Amino acid sequence: MTRLTLLGPQRRNPCVAHVIKTRQESGRVAVVTAGWEERESELDEMRAHLGEHFETVGLGLCARAEQLFHEDPELLTALQAHSDQRLRLLELYRLRLDHAADSVYALLADVDEARAELSRLEADDALRAVQALDARNLQRISELQARFDERWSPETRPAFADARAEIAERLAACDVLAIAGGHVGVLLDRLHLFGIRALIGERLVVAWSAGAMACTERVLLFHDSPPQGRGHAEMYAPGLALAPGLVALPHARTRLALHDLRRVSALARRCAPATCVCLDEGSRADWDGKAWSIAPGTRWMTAEGTLAEHAVGSAAT
Amino acid sequence: MNPAPSPVPQHPALAELLGQGAPTPEAIDSFLAAHEFPLVEDDRVTFLWRGQADEVRLQHFIFALETSQPFERVEGSDLWQLRLELPQRSRVEYKLFVRTGEHKELVRDPLNDKLAHDPYGANSVCQSAGYEVPEWSHEDPDARPGEVRERLMHSEALGGERRVRVYLPARYRDTRRYPLLIAHDGTDTMNFAALKTVLDNLIHRHEIPPMIVALSDPGDRLVEYAADPRHATFLADELLPALQSEYPLIDRPAARGLMGASFGAVASLSTAWMRQGLFGRLLLQSGSFAFTDIGESTRPPVFDPVVEFVNAFRETPGKPTQKAFVSCGTYESLIYENRSLVPVLQEAGLEVKYVEARDGHNWENWRDRLREGLSWLFPGPLGFVYE
Repeated sequence: MTRLTLLGPQRRNPCVAHVIKTRQESGRVAVVTAGWEERESELDEMRAHLGEHFETVGLGLCARAEQLFHEDPELLTALQAHSDQRLRLLELYRLRLDHAADSVYALLADVDEARAELSRLEADDALRAVQALDARNLQRISELQARFDERWSPETRPAFADARAEIAERLAACDVLAIAGGHVGVLLDRLHLFGIRALIGERLVVAWSAGAMACTERVLLFHDSPPQGRGHAEMYAPGLALAPGLVALPHARTRLALHDLRRVSALARRCAPATCVCLDEGSRADWDGKAWSIAPGTRWMTAEGTLAEHAVGSAAT
Repeated sequence: MNPAPSPVPQHPALAELLGQGAPTPEAIDSFLAAHEFPLVEDDRVTFLWRGQADEVRLQHFIFALETSQPFERVEGSDLWQLRLELPQRSRVEYKLFVRTGEHKELVRDPLNDKLAHDPYGANSVCQSAGYEVPEWSHEDPDARPGEVRERLMHSEALGGERRVRVYLPARYRDTRRYPLLIAHDGTDTMNFAALKTVLDNLIHRHEIPPMIVALSDPGDRLVEYAADPRHATFLADELLPALQSEYPLIDRPAARGLMGASFGAVASLSTAWMRQGLFGRLLLQSGSFAFTDIGESTRPPVFDPVVEFVNAFRETPGKPTQKAFVSCGTYESLIYENRSLVPVLQEAGLEVKYVEARDGHNWENWRDRLREGLSWLFPGPLGFVYE
């Protein structure tokens, strides 16, 4: 049974040490910072933050991958081709999503009162079409990944087998796995490449920002006002699925138009029955193996387009 | 930029200075020390010049307006003034023509320290209300700098060596693959349009992906860039294969682009047209896309091959690329040609983004459009990054 804590960004006012202490008095913390890419090994701040109670052990997934790509160029080429195929799938998904999501917002914005009920029904239908598109994309991505894994079986290649064994050994000596944010695509790739999901066992996992996204069942990319494009959220890929029923939205306050009832409602309904939880600074959601508890002050989206939260001091469930 | 029709004939501050009759030299000194010039109001600007002269004129680079506008001397003083209408968010480069007796000179505005540099020197810059130099064009200490490698490349097609600088993004790794952009007038684009700084910043902000940019310099620019097939051969059959063998490039048209301004835009479009399907992204700024619907071109002879190409292109555009970003200044002589190009590209099935700005045919206009153009053609991983 995995115990999981999801947090908001940790850069300015980190609380990860405090959070781990509330669930694990002392021990060793294995850290995945693959989302930081080339900065992966810059762990000084994290070591300082975790302090005396915890020894920090970097798993170095990016560095190991780079080393192994040099040793196994055939696999690197295969991974690049796999990445190209995934990109093409994403482009096609985006092509369809742009039109499908546009129609949702157009129907929700329809102001003709004489056909309000009809518009609402059409909007519901359009939203179901987006949900079907999301599900289809995740299915295609999963199938693509499965075909690659079956064809190439990275775990059977000598260099990778050694690296995986070493990672497993390092992780086995740790009580906690911490997964930091960064580039969620790179992070997911490296977690998958080294088979981290199967190594987690029952240890506590604490993850923030992109790390939190990677731990959920479905990874949703989002930005309501990007420099280019329409800003439709994209159901990118399956995550590690360490706990069900939650879609993680780090930096929601800055990336999403949370005041826009239509957009919030549409996103909440699109992701239902999962709950869209805003992981801003100070946010926290804990999974005990059976249920989520959302910390006071942490907000989630409602189907009505509002943001709900437990009052500070109230019981969190 | 027209003489301002206004019930108030002068900038309010200047009207106050001159309200009591001819100002004393000391009053003028104080006034000049207390203000920045030109004086900017909502939709007009006032230029001042001080000194002994028989004639002072503003020489600007706004097409379709009288390029030389006379100053008026303030009665009883050595102060000269010119107040002009100038729409908001305009940016105009200019010099001052000063004649004293038979002596004539063209100088930068001594009261204005804003300068724009180009291969021929520098001009004074007038920024009207609402214009700001984009903050992303300044060096950002948080942005890791990319590396620029220089090489000379021998070209059989062009018969000689060409200098090509290669920009590699910060944290470049040969196990990754990168999009490629080939920039015409590479050195000038770096020096006068801050291309390297812009690349560093936009990559740092995840607005464009880490990418490799080949900064190519021409030999005889007005020949090679004028839709010369030898130039297309150089880019497609010599430079591109050399870069592909040396750097890890993504092998898709969508990850290969050409960019250029003025004749560089002609070189970009003509190369893409001659090698259809090879370059999937074009960034065309203030292209010299001269054409004729009927009769002879009124442009100088260097444009003849350009006119021939653009006429042929308009007749049979094919599909030279997938996406094209086109920009032009509304104060340029080429605005008509660029506006005319857009529907041709759209009808050819290209995805086109067209942007105008109240600016002229100059490097800072091209700099100011880089963010919009690059991030549209090569969207970065912003959607993927959650620190």
